[in-house]
Amino acid sequence: MLDIINISKTFNKNTVNENKALTSLALSIKDGDFVTVIGGNGSGKSTMLNAVAGVLAVDCGRIVIDGADVTRLPEHRRAPYIGRVFQDPMMGTAGGMSIEENLALASWRGKRRTLRWGLSKKEREFYCEKLNELDLGLEDRLTVKTGLLSGGQRQALTLLMATLRRPKLLLLDEHTAALDPKTAKTVLDITNKIVEHHALTTLMVTHNMRDAIHLGNRLVMFDKGRIVIDLQGENKRQLTVEKLLGMFENLNDFDEFDDKLLLS
Amino acid sequence: MNINFLNLLDQLPGALAQGLIWGILAIGVYLTYKVLDIADLTVDGSFCTGGAVFVVLLTGGAPLWVALVAAFLAGLLAGFATGIFHVFFGISPLLAGILTQIGLWAVNLMIMGKPNLSVNVNHFRLLVSLRYLQEVIKGERPWYQSPLLTVSLLILSLIAILYWFFGTEFGTGVRATGSNIKMAKAQGINTDFAKVFGLMLSNGMVALSGALLTQYQGFADINMGRGAIIIGLAAVIIGEALLVWIFRNFALRLLSSVIGAVIYFVVIQTVLWLRLDPNYLKLLTAVVVAVFLAVPHWKNKFASLPARNKGGL
Ligand SMILES: Nc1ncnc2c1ncn2[C@@H]1O[C@H](COP(=O)(O)OP(=O)(O)O)[C@@H](O)[C@H]1O
Ligand SMILES: [Mg+2]
Repeated sequence: MLDIINISKTFNKNTVNENKALTSLALSIKDGDFVTVIGGNGSGKSTMLNAVAGVLAVDCGRIVIDGADVTRLPEHRRAPYIGRVFQDPMMGTAGGMSIEENLALASWRGKRRTLRWGLSKKEREFYCEKLNELDLGLEDRLTVKTGLLSGGQRQALTLLMATLRRPKLLLLDEHTAALDPKTAKTVLDITNKIVEHHALTTLMVTHNMRDAIHLGNRLVMFDKGRIVIDLQGENKRQLTVEKLLGMFENLNDFDEFDDKLLLS
Repeated sequence: MNINFLNLLDQLPGALAQGLIWGILAIGVYLTYKVLDIADLTVDGSFCTGGAVFVVLLTGGAPLWVALVAAFLAGLLAGFATGIFHVFFGISPLLAGILTQIGLWAVNLMIMGKPNLSVNVNHFRLLVSLRYLQEVIKGERPWYQSPLLTVSLLILSLIAILYWFFGTEFGTGVRATGSNIKMAKAQGINTDFAKVFGLMLSNGMVALSGALLTQYQGFADINMGRGAIIIGLAAVIIGEALLVWIFRNFALRLLSSVIGAVIYFVVIQTVLWLRLDPNYLKLLTAVVVAVFLAVPHWKNKFASLPARNKGGL
């Protein structure tokens, strides 16, 4: 479903601030895979998602979604394939517009926007039904501006918008990081429910190892712009936090070992 | 004092007419400043462009409506230039607007051939004119030919069209672009196109307003747009400050900008009546706009201090 083929991205090339955010990164994801992504701050997780979504242009490499090479497409032309939820709850919805307008915008994602006016009764009913499934009491607040909602409500709404039309790819970038633990859990539960219900191909970045281990069917760990751990199937199912930490330490030993070899 | 006050009342219809005409410019400014979240300085140039195109065409023998439509189209072009400077050349919207404005100064001179061109109300049938207004007041013309009515009807039709447009799928996308551009892109909206479109529409309205003022005062002048953006902003801000509590609907928001413009001109007329030096008016306007602009900022600053969403959803 998604093929990331050796993409690299260097910020501020040829300056003192040169920063290799991605170094020849490769990742292939099958249809229906739910991949959790972990890694230290600045290891390139967001950069990868932004490269896939078209927010950033990559220096080299290719990005293929469901057989279509999107590497050169601008962000708005990749939107038909991709649903996204960001870390910042302000970013996913238009705060000055109502819940129903935001949902309508999402329902037109990737379609030609016509001069048809307003929303039909049927559309409103559909939105109500979908909001009802979130179970946050938003279904009778269709005309409320999203700027007035709490962070958790906005993230849940953004999640609904991202999946209102089934995306080929769902990108979640630490979408619960800005929420308090209880709200984060609610939003994560909703995420899991939606992803499983629609069998969505999903990339979820998280700072929480436990979530990364318990959710999804594949886990990748980033370090310095590369994928250093990639577990799926039985390996992923039997993973624990201790094992994961152990692997990460081994990896570092390995690096040091490499360095020693080089130095000697 | 009494006689003096009657004097002010005499001036009132004129202030109302001017306010309504500038109200169309205020609608244009609302579209960029409030809907697209862009402060577009093209306005100072495109206002005159509308007047210039109108005068040249009408005095050249074109029918009234052709001259009006052409003025609107010229405004679209001015907005298009700013839009291209912004999205294609990557220039900040503020600077892009200034560039177009400067360029338009020369273009406007070229269109008119000289800095001031008049259109004689005795020789041409106009849509609005100070003369008509005076004649209606004196009873020499039927009330329904009052420019106040003409411009009001025009404004209502324009608001109706804009209300329809911004309620369509495409128009909703333009509003989303101004509300949250990152979200708009993520929803597949071509935000560059939306911005160019909005800038064009806005300057079309501004040029139309310029064409009406030209008829009303009987001439187009190369300096007629100087400071227009500030008057437009003042109108939008005054309208919002006074009416935001009751006017929530988009059409009413547009109307509140028109009302803001009318209030602005009534206040200006009053200030003139108080025999204040008109040269200080722009200073007064600038100070008022600055203060009104600061209010939401200050509000935010104090409101954001204890803002924390505690627990639950
Ligand atoms: N727009 C940008 N300009 C310059 N450097 C950036 C930009 N975005 C990210 N970086 C840098 O790229 C690296 C990877 O960042 P990011 O992908 O955001 O990391 P992560 O999401 O894994 O924490 C970091 O060193 C970060 O500072
Ligand atoms: Mg990140």
